[in-house]
Amino acid sequence: MGALEVLRFAVRGLTANKMRSALTTLGILIGVAAVILLVAVGEGTSRSITQNIQRLGANTLTVMQSFSGGGGGGRGGGGVFAGGVVAGPAQQQGGTGPRTQAKELTIEDARAMADASAAPSVKSVSPVVSASSQAATYQGASHSIAQLVGTYPTYFEASNKPVAKGSYFYNDDVTAARKIIVIGQTVADDLFGSVDPIGRQITITGVPFTVVGVLKPSGSSGFQDADDIAVAPLAAVQQSLTGYGPLGQIIVQAKSATAVDAAQSEITQILDQRHGITATATADYRILNQAQLQETVSATIGTFTVLLGAVAAISLLVGGIGITNIMLVTVTERTREIGIRKAIGAPRGAILGQFLAEATMLSLIGGLLGVTIGFIGSRFTIAGVQPVIVPTSIALALGVSVAIGLFFGSYPANRAAKLRPIEALRHE
Amino acid sequence: MTAPEAPVLEVREVSKIYGTGDARVHALRGVSLTVERGDYVAIMGASGSGKSTLMNILGCLDVPTTGTYLVDGTDVGALGDRQLAVLRNRKIGFVFQSFNLIPRMSALANVELPLAYGGVGVGARRRRALAALDQVGLGDRLHHDPNELSGGQQQRVAVARALVTAPSLLLADEPTGNLDTTSTGDVLRILDRLSSAGRTIVLITHENDVAAHAKRVIRLVDGRITEDHRQAPVDGPPPRLAAVAP
Repeated sequence: MGALEVLRFAVRGLTANKMRSALTTLGILIGVAAVILLVAVGEGTSRSITQNIQRLGANTLTVMQSFSGGGGGGRGGGGVFAGGVVAGPAQQQGGTGPRTQAKELTIEDARAMADASAAPSVKSVSPVVSASSQAATYQGASHSIAQLVGTYPTYFEASNKPVAKGSYFYNDDVTAARKIIVIGQTVADDLFGSVDPIGRQITITGVPFTVVGVLKPSGSSGFQDADDIAVAPLAAVQQSLTGYGPLGQIIVQAKSATAVDAAQSEITQILDQRHGITATATADYRILNQAQLQETVSATIGTFTVLLGAVAAISLLVGGIGITNIMLVTVTERTREIGIRKAIGAPRGAILGQFLAEATMLSLIGGLLGVTIGFIGSRFTIAGVQPVIVPTSIALALGVSVAIGLFFGSYPANRAAKLRPIEALRHE
Repeated sequence: MTAPEAPVLEVREVSKIYGTGDARVHALRGVSLTVERGDYVAIMGASGSGKSTLMNILGCLDVPTTGTYLVDGTDVGALGDRQLAVLRNRKIGFVFQSFNLIPRMSALANVELPLAYGGVGVGARRRRALAALDQVGLGDRLHHDPNELSGGQQQRVAVARALVTAPSLLLADEPTGNLDTTSTGDVLRILDRLSSAGRTIVLITHENDVAAHAKRVIRLVDGRITEDHRQAPVDGPPPRLAAVAP
């Protein structure tokens, strides 16, 4: 009685009741597919958020007006920041003590941070004002730019926004407040279509700007289009659109990844001094540290993925119990058949093997189909997230499904094998 | 493991008691019986006489409460579970009253089954199963499921399944109990032919017509043998062979 023979008997047993076998398989299928898909969604979310954070730029710190507590509000539309991630502050300066007077972020703050002697770890400082939902038109075509940024040329490097076509603007352009603009891919597509936008003039809320460059597309971030952006010299934007109010944020680029923390303490010192923050006063600004942000977010996402996986694992367990149930029914139903098999000389091992093989086959087929469904499902975007399959989750789900077949099948199979032939034969 | 002259069956003072206390039922009360190779024995008795119990013990499906039982000189009581399975597979062929074919398996697959459990290779298995089915005249019904066969045909498949392993002993428990006269004739003719070919057969029945085919008739009443009557010599043909097989 070879293993192949046992498998053939098992296949025959399963095909004898196709509907039942299919439904039992479905339980495991759903469990395995859920494990793979949910873990993939968790991984996808994690990747997309990490990407978004990286899109903020390498080795950068974002200094923003602090909105907590009293003090000046965020005029000038500084609430939205470059990558589109709206997360809790990664670090908030100071405690909750009284605040004498909240000062806003100014160009002078930015200049002070750029001082090489006070802040040796800082590579560049880019003051940023931004205006959201600015109506831009070109020859009748119009588009509402989600985010219009006025800044310095260093912004492009610091915020990781290279130009794909045309050129950047330069420090001269900032000083001269030239009305030139670098637009994102989405803006270019909407306004110009197939026309080359370089050198053309667009009008933003009545003010003409000349397009000098198009940013390299950075891709959708899931919730917000990172390419729906336009970047112009700081002075030009302040002059024509936002006014000379406070800065929305200051983007500070550190000299290297290892210098980020040093740069943070340096600019903290500068700002504390300039804003008159003492040990007892709450800071009126906050600094977002990209690395810290990323750590916090990955930890959160990790928990989230484990949670999703646990929910899916429960459905796999329920599928396993379904197998036990159906195998018990099958054994009871086929008691007489088991008796006949024993009467004509089937050893206990053969009966045990047959029912174990049936249970394992049910769960293995369910597992394989589940993997297939998981694969297919992960091709689609789920709730704005592109799932990323984690190979270990496939191995784990498949392994667990086989183990479930063996484990949950062993009780009914044992019961079948232990039947006394005389009693089994009398069973009606 | 056995001398050639050892009897196929040797039952010594076997008794079987079911239940305990007041509900004790003596199904067998000290039965001794020896069946020689080539014999054709009919065990007769009314229902409740213990003939089914005896049959189950002879078929190694049940164990006696007391007494010993030898098949081909081997003491069955001393065998373990696995060895019993091998014994049932190699030495005994069963034919049941209710056919007991495995549903949803073709006639051929049913006949091949004991060989599969006996570890016979696929090629040899097919060849032997085909030969056995041919012997019972069902060479043209190989791929029919049991529910596509008549009662007589099903019982002939069961006979083919019982003799495909070339067992020392063919046990038939009321093989014609569920059959009409024509099918009964068919099955009995096959048994007669097997007997004349030297196969040892023990048949249980309560019909005199069926018992008339046997070389030896044993009557069982209340768990005891009351009559042991030989109708034909062990090494001769069965008494009705000429009558049914022209």
